[in-house]
Amino acid sequence: MSFAGPANFRASAARALADEPLQQELAKFSRGFQVRRVEAAARLPEFEALRDRARDIKDHCLAHLDFYLERFEQNCRAAGGQVHWCATAEDAQRAILAICRRLGAKTIAKGKSMVSEEIGLNDFLAENGVRAVETDLGEYILQLRGEAPSHIVAPAIHVATGQWTEAFRAAHTDRPAERSLCDGSEIMAEARAVLREQFLNADVGLTGANFLIAETGSSVIFTNEGNGDLSQTLPRAHIVIAGIEKVIPTLEDLAVFMRVLPRSATGQELTVYTTLSTGPRRPGDLDGPEEYHVVLLDNGRADMLGGAFRDMLRCIRCAACMNACPVYKQIGGHAYGWVYPGPMGAVLTPGLRGVEEAGHLPNASTFCGKCEDVCPVRIPLPHMMRHWREREFARHLSPARFRYGLGLWAFLAARPALYRLLAGMGARMLGRNRPWRQLPFASGWTGTRDFPASEGQSFMRLWQAGRRR
Amino acid sequence: MSARDAIMARIKAATGGAREEATAWLSLRQQGPRPTRADGERLARFTAEARAAGCTVSEPVSPEAVPAAIAAWLAAENLPARLAASPDPALDRYPWSRRPLLTLERRRAAPGDRVSLTPCFAGIAETGTLAMLSGPERPVTLNFLPEAHIALVCTRDLVGAYEELWARLRAAGEAPRTVNLITGPSRSADIGQELRLGAHGPRQLYIVLVDDGLPEGADGG
Ligand code: SF4
Repeated sequence: MSFAGPANFRASAARALADEPLQQELAKFSRGFQVRRVEAAARLPEFEALRDRARDIKDHCLAHLDFYLERFEQNCRAAGGQVHWCATAEDAQRAILAICRRLGAKTIAKGKSMVSEEIGLNDFLAENGVRAVETDLGEYILQLRGEAPSHIVAPAIHVATGQWTEAFRAAHTDRPAERSLCDGSEIMAEARAVLREQFLNADVGLTGANFLIAETGSSVIFTNEGNGDLSQTLPRAHIVIAGIEKVIPTLEDLAVFMRVLPRSATGQELTVYTTLSTGPRRPGDLDGPEEYHVVLLDNGRADMLGGAFRDMLRCIRCAACMNACPVYKQIGGHAYGWVYPGPMGAVLTPGLRGVEEAGHLPNASTFCGKCEDVCPVRIPLPHMMRHWREREFARHLSPARFRYGLGLWAFLAARPALYRLLAGMGARMLGRNRPWRQLPFASGWTGTRDFPASEGQSFMRLWQAGRRR
Repeated sequence: MSARDAIMARIKAATGGAREEATAWLSLRQQGPRPTRADGERLARFTAEARAAGCTVSEPVSPEAVPAAIAAWLAAENLPARLAASPDPALDRYPWSRRPLLTLERRRAAPGDRVSLTPCFAGIAETGTLAMLSGPERPVTLNFLPEAHIALVCTRDLVGAYEELWARLRAAGEAPRTVNLITGPSRSADIGQELRLGAHGPRQLYIVLVDDGLPEGADGG
């Protein structure tokens, strides 16, 4: 599974806009999640107050992160768990491989974990003779198709039903070729049967964590399929991989996130399975893993803690910001080139990967502010995207015309109607064959280093046209 | 310097390190805004929320009527009468012998099991959620492996909000290895963006409400 890399954003975005099947899935998508979130919030009058509380809890945790991590470690160890501190992606890869080697493990059953994508775990394990099997349905189809996730909650949002059929027929060759496999129920039944074998045969189960609880030393996952629970219950060892920012103090704090995370993510009152795990199986237990490991990953987070982007570490990965984002809804997640797409990715990716590689992602924004409106922990996403833009500018990483044009762009960005008008005019004036980048004020994300010549329509016009289709 | 110390040093440089506020936070365990829905009539709220989450929920039945209620549901759903059932003694109070066709195998779940039966530690009215604690008599696999899961919830074990569950957990002593909070049957919307039940866990979740004859929350929970 590979990512194009954030550096190719413009080319990927252009491809996505021209990809008809993708556009159909995205059109479906933009109707679904957003509406369900609004309805769920309306059913809970305390929702806005809970968002404030969620923000305050995260701010408190980040201000005392060392204290809570120490507490978590202490309590996790007391329950028989093992904690592995990893400064980089490579350290985390090696820590996980070491556990597998010691256990003689050949197969890992994986629940959905964005951090495991962040560290490129599957490829690394494969190179070292350990097979990682994705068991979340969305992640499983991506693994079959050799693709990266395009959404942090619904990773296969871009895959159409017919493409599932195709991939299953190609992969599950031990099943009768003439079987019916058209509708979603048949596909799901087959996935259930195939993956059941994987859970039962895996040596190690790996999951992410939505939260770590300092008070109890527990890891918590919020899921709907049940694959995370099977992955962590049936194999001999359970490995949790989590960013260091995931720790919260108490169960009372968890209750606040139980009320805001599922509603923000899918509009559910609560996810089907909300599971707290504390250490390995206890004496007398009839099931559960014999070993319990927590791999704590820094990978740039501690550095973000001290800078202007600390607020981004409040993120609970609900995806509400991308569900609301007009840019994401038009181009999907792959165009962002790395694990974290949409507004949260535009802020987080430069933080974790460096401004050299990803500093232009914050330009993938209309600065409409919808992301901040829906963010359950009230991260000022547009403000932070502006901040990255300024930083990219200050570090002289921008092409000369970008620096030259920034002042004017900023002026126009604050005046969307004017910007639209001017950008549209410019595109029409330039005609088909002249490079788009010569537009004097095209220094936003529509401004370009590798964007093809204008087709006579501005990006915003293309989006609107797309929305009508 | 170990990886741990290096990470900690970076964090400390960014955070300053005063601990009083955090120590106080841990001991105060302050609650967030409380949903008013948690304070209404628990049985009605629990039933409505669990049904909205896709569960089948019985009307409250007496302990004596539990085996009959289960047998009737299994027959209606065309499911076998052989159940993988929790070894938990909480199941012993029901008159299973009155339904000789119901077979309870008290063990963890096995891959071929179609139906499981478990008691619950609590039911949470706010979202129609079941709380299951792991332990030697309460294997976790019963909650996930079978196609259908039957859960018995005693009305006196209904609590309003998550916070009451935490209070009961702490009162019960050592934290269990696993706390499974379950809200409806397993599902996925990954295929074609259409929601379908029964992804990896149970496709059906049948909640039998057991009327204890005690007022709800009688033990102060
Ligand atoms: S930035 Fe906010 S809205 Fe976006 S994923 Fe994170 S928590 Fe959710």
